[in-house]
Amino acid sequence: MNRGKNNIMRYAFFIGCNIPARVKQYESSSRAVLEKVGVDLVDFREFTCCGYPLRNVDRKAFVLSAAGNLAIAESEGLDLLVLCKCGFGTLKEAQYLMREDNNLLQDINELLSERGLKYQGKSKVKHLLSVLYEDVGVNTLKSEVKIPYKNLNIATHYGCHALRPSEVTQFDNPVAPVIFDELVRLTGAKSIEWPTKLECCGAPLMGINDDLSANLARKKLNDGLKSGADYLCTSCPYCQIQFDTAQDMIVSKNNGENILASVLYPQLLGLSMGIDEETLGIGMNQLDISAIKSYLSQE
Amino acid sequence: MFFSVSLYCSLAVFSIGLLYKIFTWFSRKVGMSSKHFSTPQRVSAAAKGILVTIFSLKLFILLKVFFLDVILQRRILKEDFLRWLMHMLLYGGFMLLLLMHALDNFITAEMFSDYYSTRNPFMFLRDLFGFMTLVGLGIAIYRRFILKVPRLKTNTMDIYAIIIIAVIMVSGILLEGIKITSFSVFQKMVEEYAFLDDEEEFKALESFWVKEFGVVSPNVEGPFEEETITQGLDTHDMSCAGCHSSPQWAFTGYATAKILKPVAVPLDKAGAVSILWYIHFLACFIGLAYLPFSKMFHIIASPVSLLVNAVMDKDKSNPANIATRQVMELDACTHCGTCSLRCSAAPAYYAFGNEYILPSEKLVFLKALAAGKKLGTAELKAIQEGVYVCTNCDRCTVVCPVGINLKDLWVNVREDLIQTEQPEPLILSPYSFVRGLNRKDVPEKDYLRPLQNARRAVAGEFDSIMDKNRILTLKDSGVSEISKLPESTFSYCFGCYNCTSVCPVVGSYDNPEETLGLLPHQIMCCLGLGLTEMASGANMLWDCVTCYQCQEHCPQNVKVTDILYQLKNSVVSDLGRGKAGRTSVANAA
Repeated sequence: MNRGKNNIMRYAFFIGCNIPARVKQYESSSRAVLEKVGVDLVDFREFTCCGYPLRNVDRKAFVLSAAGNLAIAESEGLDLLVLCKCGFGTLKEAQYLMREDNNLLQDINELLSERGLKYQGKSKVKHLLSVLYEDVGVNTLKSEVKIPYKNLNIATHYGCHALRPSEVTQFDNPVAPVIFDELVRLTGAKSIEWPTKLECCGAPLMGINDDLSANLARKKLNDGLKSGADYLCTSCPYCQIQFDTAQDMIVSKNNGENILASVLYPQLLGLSMGIDEETLGIGMNQLDISAIKSYLSQE
Repeated sequence: MFFSVSLYCSLAVFSIGLLYKIFTWFSRKVGMSSKHFSTPQRVSAAAKGILVTIFSLKLFILLKVFFLDVILQRRILKEDFLRWLMHMLLYGGFMLLLLMHALDNFITAEMFSDYYSTRNPFMFLRDLFGFMTLVGLGIAIYRRFILKVPRLKTNTMDIYAIIIIAVIMVSGILLEGIKITSFSVFQKMVEEYAFLDDEEEFKALESFWVKEFGVVSPNVEGPFEEETITQGLDTHDMSCAGCHSSPQWAFTGYATAKILKPVAVPLDKAGAVSILWYIHFLACFIGLAYLPFSKMFHIIASPVSLLVNAVMDKDKSNPANIATRQVMELDACTHCGTCSLRCSAAPAYYAFGNEYILPSEKLVFLKALAAGKKLGTAELKAIQEGVYVCTNCDRCTVVCPVGINLKDLWVNVREDLIQTEQPEPLILSPYSFVRGLNRKDVPEKDYLRPLQNARRAVAGEFDSIMDKNRILTLKDSGVSEISKLPESTFSYCFGCYNCTSVCPVVGSYDNPEETLGLLPHQIMCCLGLGLTEMASGANMLWDCVTCYQCQEHCPQNVKVTDILYQLKNSVVSDLGRGKAGRTSVANAA
């Protein structure tokens, strides 16, 4: 963990490609929440794609994409704070592969030298949730919650690429994770039990097998509704798009299906911290989540 | 006489070229957007669009964009100060020279009654503007050839632009320099403007001009007697001073004159003044005539792109106008490389060596394609890959200094290219995420076709796996197959079936084998038997949602998901994509 002078937490802020183009509210709400708890974020214009889409194409290319970003953060002595779970998983996997395979590491560094970069494996890769849970701490976060929620049922959606493969990601217990649930609980909301909690949202198949992708999402949405959830909670732009924009597409096809809207974790936390709606981009979600404010205890 | 004739010829070629290029904006097609509109339709849609916009509040947006982005070029300044400085010097210097010097008869002489080209401030300003242009040119050469800007590519059009400006500027400065030194020009001027009675007066004036005005005479040479100079000065005041400011103000020409002094006389005798004059104005006229066909055409197309994109909207604008705009944008590109510098997918360019992954090179290629270039298979594969390896992060669009709507251009061209017969395996990757999100923009049949083509291609010979009534014959492919895979953990598999039972994809179907071909545990089995190719043909590979449940729950540490990734990669490589698909953009422009 980066604690610079005066115990300040500083990270290289890695937001990837999806968020600036399609889920800007995830960036703005994360910045607001992190600022409130004293986390410093450093932006790098030179960051490129993490390499996730290239995993289906070519191994060296995906590792190269990831390694470039890691090297850039390394050159400033910073760990990375990653908002996207696919990005997190990809960067971790690339680190793992370069650690296990020295030939790969050498090839990658040769290619990186064309851009004046070198990867040495010094920077850690952390997801937003890990930073909040481990580095900031539940107690600090709780002390910033000014208007906790009451009677709000949240179905946490952990996503796949942070939890698994656990040997690589080391994010949480892969079959009984707790981080996301505790982070949700500290806002006053209830994190409900639901059977398909740890299942995939289906986003990786969007554009490849749209029916299967929609099927997987629909299974989770129905399960969430049946388990009594008021909202889903995500911390990845792919998952969020799948349950937000894509749900908008799925549900309009079959009349009468109930909607289960999804809120991004920093939006959920931010509202309870008293941060304003506009900064958190509440109105930017495709499905209307403004009703979530009615669960705040002093509203 | 020759001057006038060549000027009119040049203007004629320029005008015809200009009209032709503008016509191509309405007649050429790029991507899917132009398919349904004829040229007359596009012309009338544009006329209507322009009129409606000008007579609306959008006029103020146009004025603002014209001032900030066309004149002051703040979009360049936002990205890079040195580039902005370079371009300001180049375009500012050149434009001012054009207006003040080249068009002096029409502009400067009309505005200022006391105008003479050899008189200050006009003489000084001419040299200043020329100097500015030259400094800008120097920075341009430095950036392109010495500074190693990442992913900045230089082609013949870029080199032509540098050369034509260099020739015009340098010949102009040399011409001025040689004219300063020229004795023959001095003689001619004296005959025309100074009415001298005798030899002595002439010699005095000559001496004065050799001393003070840089003339190099074959007859007289310093040091001069004071009396001679005084007499010369008198004559000068009477006959010359009215039009001639002190030549040191023409600092570039004067410096050149000083350098040329030792060889001035023989140069003059050889007719250097005349030669340089011809080179100078012919270079200008050639540059003018060729302008519509060269990089210099951007001086017209780029402002159009900036203005048009400031007021057009993907959802509200007439699709016919969008089609026209996208052809025009290809001419607006200045090949500055900012898009490639900021491209998120750039690492793939280094990994695969495919230049078409870089946005700037894609655009150069599209220009050739729109002009009717026919594609061979290798080139089609390369441009397909180049256009598809894009994360849709939209950064290129945000940074383009001439305001090209790159993201819409890519989506448009991408859809067109994947509808060809050539299957694109990269469509079976998260690069398709945004296409899937925008599924409703494309007719269902067209949406599915490239996916079906790709599935067929990756199945290879093993589409028989999809037929549940056929028995799969096991080919004897030998032990060497097993060791090819880096992820050799499949050898730990003892067939417990756990991977298949936790797979959400398998769980989505009543009869999974029908759709997926081979189930995860069956794929591991194939590999164990050395049947890598068969495993590679299964639909399961591409329907894998990469959730890693199988790998997480395998009791034997078989890296199931990673093995599936590895199989996908080898299929892509066998189809000539990725690192196997190296291509250069050699013949693009």
